[in-house]
Parts: sequence; C-alpha cells; structure tokens
Amino acid sequence: MLAVQLRELVGAPEAVDEALDLVAGFDGSLTGGLGRMGDRQAAALSAFAGALAGSPLGGPVGEAAGKVVAGSIGDDRLATLAGGRAALLGAVHDALLERLDGALGRSRSPWEDRAGEPGAVTPENLLAGARSWLHELAIAGWRGVDHDLVSAAGRTIEGLWGEPASRRLAVLLDGLASELRASCPVATMERVPERRWADLWTRAVLLARAGSWTGDAEPVSGRLLVLGVDVHEHGTAVQVQVHGVLEPADGGEARLVRAGVAAAKVDTIVGPAVWRLLNAYPVLLAALAERRVLDVTDMPLTAGGDLLWREDAARAGEPADPFTTARVRLGGATAPSVPPLDRHPVRIAEPVLLEGYRYADGAVSLDGTSLEIDAGRLPACGPITPALVKASTACIGLVRWDGGRWLLQPLALQATVRKKPVEAHTGDWALGPTDPKVVKAEARAGDAVAVLRERAGRLLRK
Amino acid sequence: MAVDIIGRVIATGDRRAWVLDEDDDAWERRSTVRVVPPVQARKLAKVPFVELADGRLQGVVSSGSDAARVYVSSITAGTHGNSCSTNNNRPCGGLTDLYLCKHLDALVTEGIRQYGQERVARYLRVEVGEGKDLIDCLNSHKDPAPAAAVFSRFLRHLAYLEVPESTEPVPELHWFPAAGAVG
Repeated sequence: MLAVQLRELVGAPEAVDEALDLVAGFDGSLTGGLGRMGDRQAAALSAFAGALAGSPLGGPVGEAAGKVVAGSIGDDRLATLAGGRAALLGAVHDALLERLDGALGRSRSPWEDRAGEPGAVTPENLLAGARSWLHELAIAGWRGVDHDLVSAAGRTIEGLWGEPASRRLAVLLDGLASELRASCPVATMERVPERRWADLWTRAVLLARAGSWTGDAEPVSGRLLVLGVDVHEHGTAVQVQVHGVLEPADGGEARLVRAGVAAAKVDTIVGPAVWRLLNAYPVLLAALAERRVLDVTDMPLTAGGDLLWREDAARAGEPADPFTTARVRLGGATAPSVPPLDRHPVRIAEPVLLEGYRYADGAVSLDGTSLEIDAGRLPACGPITPALVKASTACIGLVRWDGGRWLLQPLALQATVRKKPVEAHTGDWALGPTDPKVVKAEARAGDAVAVLRERAGRLLRK
Repeated sequence: MAVDIIGRVIATGDRRAWVLDEDDDAWERRSTVRVVPPVQARKLAKVPFVELADGRLQGVVSSGSDAARVYVSSITAGTHGNSCSTNNNRPCGGLTDLYLCKHLDALVTEGIRQYGQERVARYLRVEVGEGKDLIDCLNSHKDPAPAAAVFSRFLRHLAYLEVPESTEPVPELHWFPAAGAVG
C-alpha cells in the first residue's frame, strides 16, 4: 500500500455515518427490549425502517416495525427486521469495500449465485430452539438478560454443536451466550456493547432462519502462496484463516483466497496451545510453520473465495517467502466477491503490504497519513507483539474497519531488533512455539489439550 | 494484562471497569469490543475444571491416587459454605468444619490462577485484607452441595474436545478476534 493509496482510503464514504446512526437507533431499541418500547425507541425503529423505504425490503420492514412498535412481536417480524438491519450494514460494507478496492486498485470478481445441491440440513427443532431464544432476548432486551434467560439456550447450543451443518450458528450463539453470562445481570452494567450484541443477534436470527448459506464450491488446482494468518477465538472456538494468492494450474489469473480451519475448544486452552487443537491438519500447519507453498489439487473453492480445506488435496511444496508473494503477486491478484448475507463491515479484511512507514502512538504513517494498528487482533498464539510492531519496517496486514475508522491488523512483520533484522509471522508457531521463553512457559504449564483429552477419554464414555 | 480494541491497557480489577474505556465515546458503536475478560493459562493436571457459576466457585479436582476418580468441590458465594465429594457423592474425608481439604485448597489456588484474585473475591463476596490469602479470609464451614450438576457441567466442558469436525468457514468469528499478545 502506497502513501497515495492510504491517503485515498482514510475517512468514511458519504452517508456511512448517517446509515450507522440509523443502525444505532435500532440497536438502542434492542438494548431496552422490544417488549418495553418507549416513544424514543419506537421513533428510532420507525426511522430505521424509513431508511429502507426505497429498497425492496422497504414494505416488509416498515410493516414489521409498525407491528413490533404496536407490541405484536412474532418470529417472522423479527427476521424481517434483522434482514433490514443486515441490508443496511451490507450497504455500509459495500461502500467501504468499494473505497478500499478503489484506493488499492484491486479488482474483484462479481458475485455469481451458485444454485447447487442443498448441503446437510440442520434439524428443524434446533433452529426453532435458536429462534425462540433469540425472540426472548429481543423482547427482554439486553438490559433484561439474567442467568435464567442465558441458561435457557444451553440445550439448543449443545445440540447445534453436535451437527456439523450448524457449526456457524453453534459458534455464534455460544459466543454470544458466554458474553451475556459474564455480564449478568446486564441491568447493572454501566454501558452495554450495543452494536456488537445487535450484530451477533442479527446474524444469529438470519442463520436460525434457514441454516448456513456458505453454498457450493467448485474444485480448483494450483499453487497457494501464503500471505499471512488471521486467528479468531472465543471461549469455545478457534479458527485459523490463511490469506493467500492462488495461482491456478490452468494458467488463469491469480486470485486472492482464504483457507480456514476451525476447532471447538474450552476457555482454558489459550495461547500457542490452540494450534494443538488443529492437529488434524498437519499439511497446512507444517506449510505455515515452515513458510512453504501449498500445492492444491481439486480443492473445493466457494464463490466467496474460501477453500474448503481438505488435507488429502494439499501438499506442502518449496519454501515461499510471504513478503516476496506480497511484493510480486498481491498487487495483480483478483479478490473474491462477498456472499450477500455475509456483507458487514466487520468482515472486511483485505491483505495489503506496507513498507517504509513510521510508527508512532499505535499507528503507522506514510507521508503523514496514518493508519491505526488494530492492537486487539494480535493473538497470543503467534510471535507478533506490540513491541515488534513498533520496531517494524515492513508489514503484511489486513485492512479492517470498526468504530468509524480504518485499522491495520499485522499478520507478518519485518523489523529491526537490537540492530538485527527479524521476521515474524502469525503462523510461525503452528507446529509449536519457536521462542525459547515461550517454549519454557508452555513446558511449565503442561499440555492442556492432552490433559483434557485424557480426562474426556476416561470420564465421558463411562 | 488486558488490552482493549485500540491497545490501551485496561484495569484487570473490576469487571465494569474492565470493559470500559471512559474516554471512548465510540465504545457502544464498535463491533469487536471485548466483553469477556481473558482467562489465564494454567496447569490443568490437578484441577481440570474451575468456574464461577451457579453462585459458586466450583470445579473438579483429579484424585491423586486413582485416575478414574475425581472430586467435585465448591465454595458458595456469600455464605462460603464448602463442599467436597466424589462424583458419586461420597463425601471427602479430608473436609471438616475446621479444615479445608486439599481438593478445595487446590480449587481456590487454580481458580485464582485462572480468573485473578480480585474476580474470585468479588464473586465469592469476600474481603481480602492487605497481604492476606483469599483462602484465609473465607468464613468457611461445611455445607454439602450436590455434585451431579457440577460434574455434568464438567462433562459438557470436556465434550467440546470431541465435537464432530467441520471445514465450513465461520465468517461470524470475525467478531471474535484472537488477542492477548504481550511484549
């Protein structure tokens, strides 16, 4: 990313703030509860519906808002409102991504709907259970959430985890429920994370409606050159998402793709230990730790640019330097389109390369234009630390957007530490930490995954 | 140490303070603020499971002598009633009105490691005087509580390690960034 590109990026496109004000109005009504709406909340909900009036959703959302304000709160109306909120944030996402693509000169494939076979289906009783809990949450509002209301989701969430087809909803609801549980009683919280919880609620309502929309994938073959690794985690889930450039074997244009693997976990498995949960993916982990290219053969790729990882379709090849990939291949690679229902600003995570910047006060700057470091996205399972960011001279990162500003999440750094050049990548410890201090700390703590697996083996099947 | 979304260190004491960044007007309008305080890594061999739940500090302590036996131990918030028994409800012989058994001792130690002393003290409603250990400040007395509920929560906890594999990407996890790097 060049200084001129960064200058073009900073700031928000027109109307983003206005759209988000309307979303904030909706979120406020969810905080107090749809079952107890005052005049202000009712007005905010109507204003939110009004913003969609010119869109195909205008009619249904307006009607649903009217009914909900009048106290008639059915599942269908909640789903319609959630759809409206998702559409508004989808529009914000599009405006932001268009600005980012424009600044970077990045081309993006158009969305193609892949009809295709419906995959495994989530049992209807589980989806109904999720809908009914989300309905209760909406009526009570965040302020009305207590231990009983949180616990009511227990069985449904347990059931959803047991069905691979409903993994997205299981992960999401478990994450939301544990935040609510830790915040109980929410009535005594000074401030409520309104945007966040309304985001999670909205997405859950959509997923509980029809199950996942990941859609069909078609096989691709070629060389996957890794750019960097993004890690996501909450108490009971971890996901490693690899960003890379795919050079198709048939000589087609290079494409930006992601490859993700995820596992369920418990809250006491943290830091570098999370990699051990992913030991079903030795080819991928070795390629990350050893910084190798991945040769893939007939690996399924979704229209949204996600490789559905299959170990038997991948082979670790020659060493490949991610910084070389970023310098040589990133600029010309075509980005994938975003599945319509996934569109939300939080999903914007575009790989970029920054070099020759200055670091000051938690931000890097190029020719006086600065970009804040997303310090909340430096995982404990890798070697990248705030100190290393400070000492860095080059960075492969993801451009993100939250809270009204653009952010840079470092995935790989070149830095100078004690006058020596060092390089660090989030995936460096995929086969175990390489920093002697961390190795020692890990050895002291023992292997949490092994201990719990032993306990599970002995106690679960009695 | 806890760090908020923009990298400022937040007090690890009071939870309300933990989630709050007083200067940050945009907090309510952020999608990725961290709500649950991070849990600290600890050795799990002796006490594989500790939680602050159901109004208790409760957990499971592995028996030192029999790998198939575990003890379910708990301390009730407010009253500080102690309970320790095997998962089959056989009372622990080491626990008396005067002395805590080694299982409860281990439970408190590991609970503090996992959640930090302040969080445990606040949950149990115990005043810990300067330079004192939390365990000495409890108004301890024997008060047997049923082990089955805690044990089944432990089994459910373990079951996470056995959920069927799925390779479907989970875009929802963008709301849950992995954090915690220090240095």
